[in-house]
Parts: sequence; structure tokens; C-alpha cells
Amino acid sequence: MAQTVPSSDNALLRETTAMREIGWLERFLGPDNYRIVKGLLKTPASILGFILIGLFIFIALAAPLIAPPLNPNDPYKIPRDGFSPNPRPMGAEWNHNQPPLPFWWKPIMKTDEWVHILGVSTGQYDIFYGIIWGTRTAFKTGFIVVVATFLIGVIVGSVSAYYGGVVDNIIMRIVDIFLTLPFILAALILAAVITPKIGKSVIPAVIALITFGWMGYSRVIRGDILSIKERDYIMAARVIGVKDSRILFRHIIPNAIFPTLVLASLAIGDVVLSFAALSFLGIGTELGYADWGQVLSFARNWITSLNTYWYIIVWPGITLVLFVMGWNLVGDALRDVLDPRMRGKT
Amino acid sequence: MTTYIIRRLLLVPVLLFGVTVLIFGMLQFLSPVERSALYIRDIPKNPHAVEGVIKQYGLDKPLYVQYWKWMVGVVNPTTGERRGGIIFGDFGYSRVASQPVAELIRNRFPNTLDLTIWALAPVILVGIWLGVQAAVHQNGFIDQAARIFSIIGTSFPTFVFGLLVLMIFYANLRWFPPGRLSDWASQVAHSDSFHHYTTLLTFDALLNGRFDVFLDAMRHMLLPILTLSYISWATFVRVTRSSMLETLRQEYVTTARAKGLPERVVIHKHAQPNAMLPVVTLAGFQVIGLLGGVVITETVFVYPGIGSAAAQAAQQLDVVTVLGFALFNGLILIVSNLVVDVMYAFIDPRVRLA
Repeated sequence: MAQTVPSSDNALLRETTAMREIGWLERFLGPDNYRIVKGLLKTPASILGFILIGLFIFIALAAPLIAPPLNPNDPYKIPRDGFSPNPRPMGAEWNHNQPPLPFWWKPIMKTDEWVHILGVSTGQYDIFYGIIWGTRTAFKTGFIVVVATFLIGVIVGSVSAYYGGVVDNIIMRIVDIFLTLPFILAALILAAVITPKIGKSVIPAVIALITFGWMGYSRVIRGDILSIKERDYIMAARVIGVKDSRILFRHIIPNAIFPTLVLASLAIGDVVLSFAALSFLGIGTELGYADWGQVLSFARNWITSLNTYWYIIVWPGITLVLFVMGWNLVGDALRDVLDPRMRGKT
Repeated sequence: MTTYIIRRLLLVPVLLFGVTVLIFGMLQFLSPVERSALYIRDIPKNPHAVEGVIKQYGLDKPLYVQYWKWMVGVVNPTTGERRGGIIFGDFGYSRVASQPVAELIRNRFPNTLDLTIWALAPVILVGIWLGVQAAVHQNGFIDQAARIFSIIGTSFPTFVFGLLVLMIFYANLRWFPPGRLSDWASQVAHSDSFHHYTTLLTFDALLNGRFDVFLDAMRHMLLPILTLSYISWATFVRVTRSSMLETLRQEYVTTARAKGLPERVVIHKHAQPNAMLPVVTLAGFQVIGLLGGVVITETVFVYPGIGSAAAQAAQQLDVVTVLGFALFNGLILIVSNLVVDVMYAFIDPRVRLA
């Protein structure tokens, strides 16, 4: 008999069952979400990704110190050193429109003379300045597009999943229709259509990327909500007569949103890439605006002489590749963590 | 099976209606005068005549009337001549290129198709081979190499990769020029003795026995093919690898090994066919993606296909033309998506039974 009565001393139990400390982060996020975060911080590839992203965030924040603008009220305008179409190599001197000297230049180079560190492209646009301030453009546009597409996607997806039936069917067919056109072509068209109405700026491209970018999120969150909707606590809330909107916004969405949120935050890389592609195709910002796609598009007229003028594509190209790679490395780790077939194998 | 196909077919009119409404909606950003390019070549100089045009084609009518006229066109009551009408294949006029949009598409589309056909073979064959090898030697050298290669591949924007390739192989080495054909080959291709059997230039060159023209065309297409393949390889390798890994863990594969079959047979005869299911879908979408999404590659390499034409029209804000391309693309995509879905149902019984 004595063996069946649990003794007050559970030392035996402690040894047989593995006990795990639960940290504040796990308590805060919940076990599922904690697993995602932990998976992201474990692989060397995703850590390299986070380092790259951190580096770009630093460049974006410190842009006015790294490359002080000529006119502080209009910092996104790349300073032009004249109007000649011919690119000039790295280290070429500034002749006109020289912006203030950055603080770090003199201690390193021991000179007061500010040069074109990475050369000038067609039309004498300074490449270094375009890359540094282009980082800000990238984060700005990426952030706006991601937040907007995320909100639209979540609202559409959750309404669709929660009501189900005819509503779900209609909404999902609308999603299918938006997915029919290839993304970059659809965005290109919409940007071209609205540019004459509101003029050349970042806005047409941003609107176009938002309009054709929300469908993925609505599909993901719809799937998550469909599974959470069936859980007992939702049934309990219904039984005690909680309103539809309250069940959806207070009980379902907070529990279903995390995977979509992580996906969205990692989509910045893709958004910036698409924005640069539109810019490269000549749809988007006005001439001379600091964005990577445009700096690269300056090279389009110099294809035959890229052997001499290699710096007009290599520097902005590397910048864009590193930026996208940072997000992809983290995204790759995330895909492994979120893939249900990999569950329990970490 | 039949119900699945019927259900899938019923979706087609919905998608067709939706895509046309979407494009019609974008047309509404234009003023009635600009929209007249859907029906007539030039805007009349005389303001009175402009009003007449707007009246004649109902460009100020309610939206549903305009949508209908856009669909079926407007017949001139005296001459019986029909203008516009997208269901008859009339997409309006490109005022920048000063020719009908449909004609522009007819001229450009064979080039895109030509490029797509040649780009697909390396993508699919090498991609599948690499993916299978990576899975079989999991965490081995090929696997690690393929992983690094695929992360770099997905991080390279098409236009950056294209420009770098052009810099090395054209600007520095002068091996592979951009464009479609050299001047001499272009003269041959436009001469009367050159017959256009298929309208696809490389195949026509072979059928005409002009091997030199074929080689010249390939010389121009090699870099775009390389760019398109490199970027799709990454996805292919990844999907093939993960699907193959999953299949290799199945019990029937263990059974095959237990029977004492050679490893080569186990992998290529037993595991690989089943692992190819998701790869088939992906291949379908890659064809679709290549047909529609070569906008950037064609622009970088100054290749005269529909992608570069759409980009050029968009840059010059020739909206009617761009929307004509969008419509054409939408139609191709709806049909090819249907083909992929039905094919998939034939291959994978789980889809049609669900």
C-alpha cells in the first residue's frame, strides 16, 4: 500500500521526469511562439542574417552622420556633381555641389578633401550617397508596405475564416483573382496607371506593392484561424454569449496572429527587392531620388562599357544583395521552424 | 475525378470575369479621351470631333455599359465595321508604338516563348538532379553546396545578376552580346527566302537549315537563359530536396532496401517518382512564371519579348498597351493554371479524392 501513496518528498519524481525551467520570455510568448523565436536564434545562418539586418538598420539610422546631406530639408536628393553623362571612378574629386564633410573622414584619411568614395554614375550622381540614403528609402518603403499588406491580409483572412461558407468562398475567389496576374507585372501596371495622377514619387510604387501584396497573409492567417476556431475556449465564449467581433478580435486573432506576424516582418527583404525592381524599370521615384533600384538603373545605358565603369553596378548591386540575403537567411531558418514536418526534430 | 475537374472548370469563368473587372477598373484611372485608344488610333485634333468620339464609343456612359462595349466592341452602324472588343482579340491601339496592341503582342510573344522553352530544360533537369543528389547525400558536400548556392540564388535580384553577367561576359569578354540577333543574321531572318514555319526564331532557323542563324540566336539568348535558370534553380533544388528527404523516410523505401535492391534502383525507381509530385506543380508554375515574369530579364538584356515591351510601355505611361499585355498575360495564366491543376489531379490521387 505504501508504494501507491505519493510521499511528500518528490525527489524520486524529480529525477524521473525531466523538469525544465520556463523563462519569462517563454511565459510571455507561450510555448508555440517561443519555439519559433528559439529556432530563429539557434542556427548560425540566421544569426548572420540578423547581423546583416542590424548593420543596415545602423546605416539607416546614422545616414545623416555617414553622408551629411547638401540640403538637410531634402536629404533624399542625391547631390549631383555637374551634368556630364560619363561615370567617374572611385576617389574622383568633388567639383560642384559638395555636401558637408562627414565627421569620420578627416581622422581616417587625414585630409579635408571630400571625394566620391564609390564613384559617380551617369549624370554625376554620387553612388556612395545614393547607397547610404537609399537604405533609409528601403526601410521606409519596406515598413509601410509590410504594415499595410499585413493589416489588409489579416482583416480579410480573419473575416473570411471566421464567417466561413459563402463569405469565405467569395473572399477566397477574390484572392485567387488578385493572384492571377504575376506580381511584378501587376505592380508595374498599377504604378504606371496612377503615376500620371499623383506624379513621380515613392507613392505609386508603394500603393502598387500594397494592392498586390496582401493575399499571402490572408491565406496564412485564414488557415491558422480555421484551426483555432474549433478549440474549446472559443466554444465556451460562444456559449456565454460573447459578441462575434469580440470573439474574433479578443480571443481568436491574438492566438492566431504570431506566425503571420513573423512572416510579415521578414517580408521586408522581398518588398525592398520588388520596389527596387520597379525603380529599375523606370516606374517609381523621381530622377535623382536616393533609392537602390534607381542607382542601379543608371547603369542601363552603359552596358557596353561596364568593363570600365564596373563600379556603377557592383557597389549598389552588392548592397542590395546583402540586404536581401540578410532577410533570406532569417527567413530560411523560419521556414524550417514553421514547417510542421520538422517539428520535434530540433 | 470528374467532379474535381468540373469544379475546377467552373472556377475559370469566375477568374476571367474577375481579371477583366480588375483591369477594367485600372482603365478607369484614364480620362474618357485617353480611353478612346481602346477603339481608335489617334485622338482627333478638333474638340468637337473628340466629343463625337466619346459619344460614339460610349466613353461617358455608366460603367456596366462601358464594360460591355469594352468586351464586345462597337459596331459602326453605317459601315458595319467593328472597333474594339477584347473577346474578338482587339485590345486597342498603342499610341506610343503606333500599332494595334494585339499586333505588338503577336510580334513579341514568339520571342518570349522561344526563350522560355530554352530556359526550361536546364532549370528542370539540373534542378531536379541537384535536389535528388542533395537529399541522398544529406548534409554531405553536395547538400551543403546546394544550400549555399540556393540561398545566394534567392538573394540575387534578377536585374543585379543580369547586369553582373553582362558585365563579365559582354563588356569584359565580348562573348555574348545582348539583344536578339546580330545585324547580318537579322537580315537573313527578314529576307524572303527565310520561311517562318513556327514563328519561333531558333526552330525556324533550324528548319531553314540556317545553322549559323541558330547559333547567333543562341549566342544572344545564352545570358538571359543563364539568368532565368540560376534564379529558378534555387527554388527547384530546395523543393526537390525536401520532398525527396521526406520520401526516403517512408517505410516502403526501407522495404525496398530490405529486399536487397541496389541503392540506385531504390532511389531512382522507388523514391524519386513519388518525390516528384510537388516538383511537377512547381515546374508548372515555373513555366507560368517564366512566361509572365520575364519582364525584368528581358529588359536587362534588351530582348524583344512581351516582358520588355510591357516594361517599356509602362515607362512611357502608355496605359492602354500595358493593360493589353496584362489582359493577355492573365488569359495565359488562367489557362495554364487550369492545365497544371488538372494534370496534378491525374498524377496525385489524394487531390481528386479530397
